[in-house]
Amino acid sequence: MSIRERMSGNEAIATAMRQINPDVFAMFPITPSTEIPQYFAQYVADGKVDTEFICVESEHSSLSACLGAEAAGARAITATSSAGLSYMNEVLYVAGSLRLPVVLAVACRALTGPININHDYSDSLAARDSGFIQLYAENNQEVYDNYLMAHRIAEHPSVRLPLMVCEDGFITSHAIENIELEEDEKVKAFVGEYRPEHYLLKEENPLAVGPYGVSGYYMEARVAQAEAMKNAKSVILEVAADFEKTFGRSYGFFESYRMEDAEIAMVIMGSSAGTAKACVDQLRSEGVKAGLVKLRVFRPFPGEELAAVLQNCKAVAIMDKSEGFSAMGGPLFAETAGACLNLEHHPRMIDIVYGLGGRDFTVEAARSVYDRLAGIAAGGELGPVYTHMGQRER
Amino acid sequence: MITKAEQINEKIAWQDLTTGCEIYEPGTSRLTKTGEWRVRTPEWIEEKCKQCLLCAPFCPDSSIPVKEGRRGEFDYEHCKGCGICIKACPFNAIAWKES
Repeated sequence: MSIRERMSGNEAIATAMRQINPDVFAMFPITPSTEIPQYFAQYVADGKVDTEFICVESEHSSLSACLGAEAAGARAITATSSAGLSYMNEVLYVAGSLRLPVVLAVACRALTGPININHDYSDSLAARDSGFIQLYAENNQEVYDNYLMAHRIAEHPSVRLPLMVCEDGFITSHAIENIELEEDEKVKAFVGEYRPEHYLLKEENPLAVGPYGVSGYYMEARVAQAEAMKNAKSVILEVAADFEKTFGRSYGFFESYRMEDAEIAMVIMGSSAGTAKACVDQLRSEGVKAGLVKLRVFRPFPGEELAAVLQNCKAVAIMDKSEGFSAMGGPLFAETAGACLNLEHHPRMIDIVYGLGGRDFTVEAARSVYDRLAGIAAGGELGPVYTHMGQRER
Repeated sequence: MITKAEQINEKIAWQDLTTGCEIYEPGTSRLTKTGEWRVRTPEWIEEKCKQCLLCAPFCPDSSIPVKEGRRGEFDYEHCKGCGICIKACPFNAIAWKES
């Protein structure tokens, strides 16, 4: 039986971690992820977990410690945000290329500057090419559920890649909402034990990790890593299917909201999707064929599946909550437009950069985007493809 | 997937590489001929050598083989020509080879 509770996204993640009881948690605090190791430290002190809890001196070190632990055969985790994730950057790539399935919780927060502690995806989307699988969530329930699925996806033998469980800083990480937790024993049974085939502490089979591989090997190693990321697609769906069978909640690469006959649609990530859905409901009640796609899996990017859902729309807005400084749109726009490139008929597409550094996103703001899409769908001018929304302007 | 280190070479396909390029046995640096990185080459002058064995533990690449208490010829497949052995030898029994 699920347990009705109320808690923040950070506590939901910490609860999932307690239930999984990993071997190693190497921590370094940074707002807004700090509560995750804070809750976990209490579980350690109360004897609720037997995890080796290591307080290190930086984020570069926290992920490095996780890699050492994973290579030794342990299940290792950490958590971070913003500048902490940037500081880990070098090690993110090492995790991916060593194929060590660390699970990293990220409370997504803007990057400096100006210095800012609030939410956007500057941090996690800057790390999109590091070789991590990335799962995003609309609310605390989805964060919890993503965390329960994370280890099984990352550790699957055909994948073996590190994984980020992303939540929206403060919005999801600190807001207290209702949640359905699962029983400890059921979670343990679902996630299972970590039993890697090869590891450093396996006495009968010595192992060398991280050898030198220049031009004679690097290309082959990268192709193998790219294949693992492709393999992750089917594993994500398999684990989601088992999750639904076990706990009753359904997940895919993305959620299609009222997309059956949608003529205009938004592609959006995270907590803003809840706001935009309220707008879609309003529009539907007025007879407007509006829909929404909420992306859950950014890496691997579900390009074909996303294109298939969008192909019958007339106009689509891609909502980017990070500024990529490409001068032609944010990262979600680039990926989505790329995914639709070879469709026979693809919708007209615009990019809206919004919500940077915690700037509010409202139902009215969503409405203004759908109004613009309706004009384009009716045969009006496309207008500028790449714009910002919510900033003060003269 | 090829799991024997001696079978891993620059001709194998990506499908044959181990996951994360892991190597599943110890002591495999012997298989990698790093001596080709060498720019200068030390020479052992056997008639000057007193077999004091100071050179061998100084060699960072274990390229001075010692058997039954006596050193032998350099392992040039792994010697990188750092010259530390030349500095370590009190009897000038090791010198740079004329190029």
